[in-house]
Amino acid sequence: MPDKLDEIINRHLHLQRDNLLPLLQEVQQALGYLSEESINRIGAALNLNTSKIYGVATFYDQFRFEPKGRFHIQICHGTACHIEKSARIIAETERILKIRQGQTTRDGMFSIEVVNCMGACALSPVIAINDKYYSGLQPRDIKGIIDQCKTNEV
Amino acid sequence: MPSSNLLSPDKLRDFVLLNKVSDNTPEIEKKLSLIRRDTVTKPVIFVGTGTCGMIAGAGETLQSIRNYLSEKAIDAEIVEVGCIGLCSQEPLVDIQLPGKRRISFTKITAPRVESLLDEVLNSALPDGQVLGQYPHPHLEAWEGVRMLSEMPFFRLQNRIVLSNCGIINPFSIEEYIARGGYKSLTRVLRNYSSEKVCNIIEESGLRGRGGGGFPTGKKWKTALSADADERFLICNGDESDPGAFMDRALFEGDPHKIIEGVAIAAYAINARKAYIYVRAEYTLAVDRLKKGISQATEAGLLGHNILNSGYNLTIQVREGAGAFVCGEETALISSLEGKRGTPRPKPPFPAVRGLFGKPTVVNNVETLANVPAILGNGPLWFSGTGTETSKGTKVFALAGKINNTGLVEVSMGTSLYDLIFHIAGGVREGKRIKAVQLGGPSGSCLPEQLLDVKIDYEALQEAGTIMGSGGLVVMDEDTCMVDIAMFFTDFLQRESCGKCIPCREGSRRMHEILENITRRPVSESGHETLERFKGVMQLENLAGVIRDTSLCGLGQTAPNPLISALKYFREEFEEHIFDRKCRANVCKDLRVFYIDIEKCTGCTACAKKCPTTAIIGSPRNPHFIIEDKCIGCGICYDVCKFVAVFVR
Amino acid sequence: MNFTIEVNNKTITARKGETILEALERSGIKVPTLCHMPGLYPTGSCRMCVVEVEGKSNLITACSYPVEEWMKIRTHSPRVVNARKTNVELLLSNHPDDCLYCERNGNCELQKFAEDLNVRERRFPGKKNKYKSDPSGSSIVRDPAKCILCGRCVRTCDEVIGAVTLGFIGRGNKTIIGPPFNKQINLSSCITCGQCIMACPTGALHEKKHASDLQNALHNPDIHVVMNYSPTVSVTIGEKFGMKPGRDIHGILNAALRKTGFDRVFDTSFGADLYITELAAEMEQRLIKGETLPVFSSDCPAWVKYAEQWHPDMLPHLSSCKSPQQMLGAIISSYYTKLYHINPDNLYTVSAMPCTAKKFEAQREQMTHKGISDVDVVLTTRELAEFIRLNGIDTEQIEPELADKPFHVRSSSGKLLSVSGGVTEALIRTLHYRITGKDFSQAKIAELRNNKDYREVKIKMGDHKLGFAVVSNVKLASRLIAEIKAGRDDLHFIEVMACPGGCINGGGQPIGTDNAALKSRVKTVYETDDKDSIRYPYKNPALIGLYRDFLGEPLGSLSLELLHTTYKKREVPL
Repeated sequence: MPDKLDEIINRHLHLQRDNLLPLLQEVQQALGYLSEESINRIGAALNLNTSKIYGVATFYDQFRFEPKGRFHIQICHGTACHIEKSARIIAETERILKIRQGQTTRDGMFSIEVVNCMGACALSPVIAINDKYYSGLQPRDIKGIIDQCKTNEV
Repeated sequence: MPSSNLLSPDKLRDFVLLNKVSDNTPEIEKKLSLIRRDTVTKPVIFVGTGTCGMIAGAGETLQSIRNYLSEKAIDAEIVEVGCIGLCSQEPLVDIQLPGKRRISFTKITAPRVESLLDEVLNSALPDGQVLGQYPHPHLEAWEGVRMLSEMPFFRLQNRIVLSNCGIINPFSIEEYIARGGYKSLTRVLRNYSSEKVCNIIEESGLRGRGGGGFPTGKKWKTALSADADERFLICNGDESDPGAFMDRALFEGDPHKIIEGVAIAAYAINARKAYIYVRAEYTLAVDRLKKGISQATEAGLLGHNILNSGYNLTIQVREGAGAFVCGEETALISSLEGKRGTPRPKPPFPAVRGLFGKPTVVNNVETLANVPAILGNGPLWFSGTGTETSKGTKVFALAGKINNTGLVEVSMGTSLYDLIFHIAGGVREGKRIKAVQLGGPSGSCLPEQLLDVKIDYEALQEAGTIMGSGGLVVMDEDTCMVDIAMFFTDFLQRESCGKCIPCREGSRRMHEILENITRRPVSESGHETLERFKGVMQLENLAGVIRDTSLCGLGQTAPNPLISALKYFREEFEEHIFDRKCRANVCKDLRVFYIDIEKCTGCTACAKKCPTTAIIGSPRNPHFIIEDKCIGCGICYDVCKFVAVFVR
Repeated sequence: MNFTIEVNNKTITARKGETILEALERSGIKVPTLCHMPGLYPTGSCRMCVVEVEGKSNLITACSYPVEEWMKIRTHSPRVVNARKTNVELLLSNHPDDCLYCERNGNCELQKFAEDLNVRERRFPGKKNKYKSDPSGSSIVRDPAKCILCGRCVRTCDEVIGAVTLGFIGRGNKTIIGPPFNKQINLSSCITCGQCIMACPTGALHEKKHASDLQNALHNPDIHVVMNYSPTVSVTIGEKFGMKPGRDIHGILNAALRKTGFDRVFDTSFGADLYITELAAEMEQRLIKGETLPVFSSDCPAWVKYAEQWHPDMLPHLSSCKSPQQMLGAIISSYYTKLYHINPDNLYTVSAMPCTAKKFEAQREQMTHKGISDVDVVLTTRELAEFIRLNGIDTEQIEPELADKPFHVRSSSGKLLSVSGGVTEALIRTLHYRITGKDFSQAKIAELRNNKDYREVKIKMGDHKLGFAVVSNVKLASRLIAEIKAGRDDLHFIEVMACPGGCINGGGQPIGTDNAALKSRVKTVYETDDKDSIRYPYKNPALIGLYRDFLGEPLGSLSLELLHTTYKKREVPL
């Protein structure tokens, strides 16, 4: 039975290698991450070796190989955010959630990603949770935001 | 979009071919005037919904405006616009009442909407939130409200690239055309050969705005004259310098200007396919660009046989996947080909052998955004602005410890001092400026005494930095220069593609050497001290080799932030190394925290949070920090509600 | 067009269009290289070949930069040497300090660089990447900690061989080279050809060692240890003992191996004769019965694994013949043990091969008979040389001896299997005899004796006009399969070797072979064939004896039981 992945792949079947990144992006968008199975099937469909696809995917920060949390916390660590002490925001978030950047909590609720620059330097430091932005933060604000997420989930 | 039905695509095309519509020009001109909102029949509310606005809460603002209007059954038009550049004042809301000039209000978060609209829709003004009004020859002025152009922020700018940003509706091709858009493309396609376009751009003196400053016309000519059956144009919007958001604002605020620039450039090098490579993080930008391209295609300004010229062009938007190195042109090309974004050795240069082995021009977004204006006003008009070697204007993203953070465009030749102290309104909270960081990770920090330097490719290079793509971060005395150097070397070692040895291994060693000098003395054995010194001794040789032998620009410029910091802020490095002190109290290992027993209430908040149980004390009595156990993490400092924790 | 450039204040001649490196090499100026692979497009990744060119602000890489008329080059200025040295020190700063324990101690390019550039101090101490080595594979051990990311193995795997198993993973200083998903190599699509080992400058890739198992067996009086060494090994192993390339030392090898304690020493050429005989019979049968054609050769286990992974639908096209190693192994454990009254349970068969894939092949479940594996342990040429040295044998002082009965005679056709095209040439001779009853008159088939990637010849045999094709990398095999599926039908036999040039350049051969050495090896093999008295397997008296006394006839029931095998589809990430 064709699933979501088939559907995406079939849309790209006529395409060449240069469309690999858009295809991976679309698959990740739809499924949340790139599973081994996805990569194998993309490779089979595009006649590309998995070692190449995996090599390409791991080169770019955007791609994830494990599902992200229901609340995906992106913390900006650009220059402007850095001088506004975003390193402490990262440390605080990691401390509260007891995971490191790039990881997902065991209950699948939260994941942390440190991003280079969101381009909102004028409002630093900035974090985003599932595309909702929080700007001008202090480390002590993080707990409240995370608690808020937990409450919303319940 | 409410305005999109005013003109059909056919009519649009007629308009673009100006001389073809002589008999109904007055009628069309009238419609265009309407599109430009020279007169409006009902109130128009403009909301800045660029990323910066959205982060500041423009989304909620927009929603409450809608609610307000429907609750009160008021007939008004809402227009989303891009960023005008004053990011620190977001969310910005402009209102244009029939017969009156457009007026701008700052920091209109959702709760403030009601009172704002209550007043303004009744022609009154709220207190404190008025930014200024737009000039207009016919419309009635608001009394007692300054002109936006009188504000230092705008007065000292020269907005060519940003002319439409924050003013027009980025979703509306009509509005872009009504303000003279796509005229240059029309002129080029009808009257100019590819060679002629290259000549004009060469004559104008336009240089690459991505940082390198290579003459754009020359690049185009190389690609045009290369022998090939196919050529490509790539617009490089992989803006990943931390601290830069020029491209994002342009994409979001005026996508059609870039599309027009891309189309002209593609025509100039005879490319039938162009790519716009945008960071995937810029979701709004991607969205607006894609819409813009489909509108332009629908209007016959892109696609097959554009304006009957026989020229075909398709533009594809590609999202970058998060690798800083892809801003380097050969790495960008690898990435577009669906490969790992590693750079390739040059020569062959992309203009000779680039994407899929074909001649390819890679231009920065801002470079291309200058193109329509140059073709529209002529090369001499453009070269009339700027300095001997640097013509035109430059867009800067101002960030850091200044009052007016945001996006500005100034003529080449403006001094950094004017930019920071006049346009950006000086340093926040009256603190002293320490340094200005230009050019992101490839650039360097300039100290206060060099701020008189003029914005000019050569002058900046002489001062020891680069023009860069336009990120400008101002640092005050609370910033530690060792920490900043470390931030950039860390960034670079994370973003190094790993292909060549000097950059892959060297940048991380450079970072480690810096890390070592910020490490805590008590945790250090004699051996480590020795290593720390050894590292510092190697630093300059290492930086030299990385610069000398790296494969691409990322590696070659990787030592810049460090070398410049060493040059201008040597004493701060020496303090870290010899005195083990960080004067800005940033390097956390070198910080020692104390509790002011006068202020401490014994609430135990700090003791509970301390990860190393270095804080002792009984409830309701003053607490103490055991210095040997303290790791300087600063959590106690952050959690103390009584400001009792301090750093010495 | 020629012009002159200035190098180190002297004038040299350069040709338009060549790189600086090529111009320098022709003029006898040596610039160190690391990532450079002759014949492949330069990646410019290692920066070892940097030179100083007047007017250029940075150092430039000689391997990628085209030479231009105005150039004034300095190849060993203090700036250049310091840059190279610093870069080597940077590599060392992330390299385990265990040269003494390393596989490649004394034969390591990184070590050589450090020595040549006079690195005597650790100037960049720092954190090193910690990686575990991956011993899971049957043939290849991967030790990422020693990898310096030059990328030669990746390019070999991809551009030279076509297996595309190894790839770069991750970015920056966390980049590693490994199979997809960075999984264990035994779960990957690795075809175990071992060419990555040949490409590796350090000890990051090496074969799985088996010599220690052997030592125990040799010193156990109850165990009868038999050696079965490839005719290729005797041509190349001399290089490991400092002899000049191309010297065939089979006689010395026989003697040396006996001295190390082997009870019997056989030359696998006999197995090769057997292979050709069975293969020719199979070909003839398929031609007559109109069965699946074309037939693909099956003596290269790397190719067999590749086919099982990538072309499971083509498996019926693979010849069912076991490889010479396995055939001889099977005959040893059956016929030989019976002949000499040896309990097969006490038999220990060792083979020495120019190949790492043979280690994998010996472990295939199809390669056992009545619970006894045809071959117990496979050594590479390199391991065998080490083993001989370990046993204190001085190859210079040994008198040559003959191989042991009953497999002491071989035809030179068997020897030909060492080179790509050899199977085909040998097959043509035998098949011609089977079909026409006459010796094949052509002494050598020139179309097959060149070093092109793809070779093809059409031969008339009786009523058949047969097409033979030879490829020596799996990439081209895949292309041929695509052509065949698209309807190409003029080919009847396709010889596939995974390694470029065939076993003579196999993944188990001495490392650091240059082209000249390779040529001498090939020359030796062809000269042996040209001069040999027995050139046809069907004229090998020992082989005739084997069929008469034991097997009966080619494709007979015993042959099918012992000498033929089956294949199955393999599920690995491709």
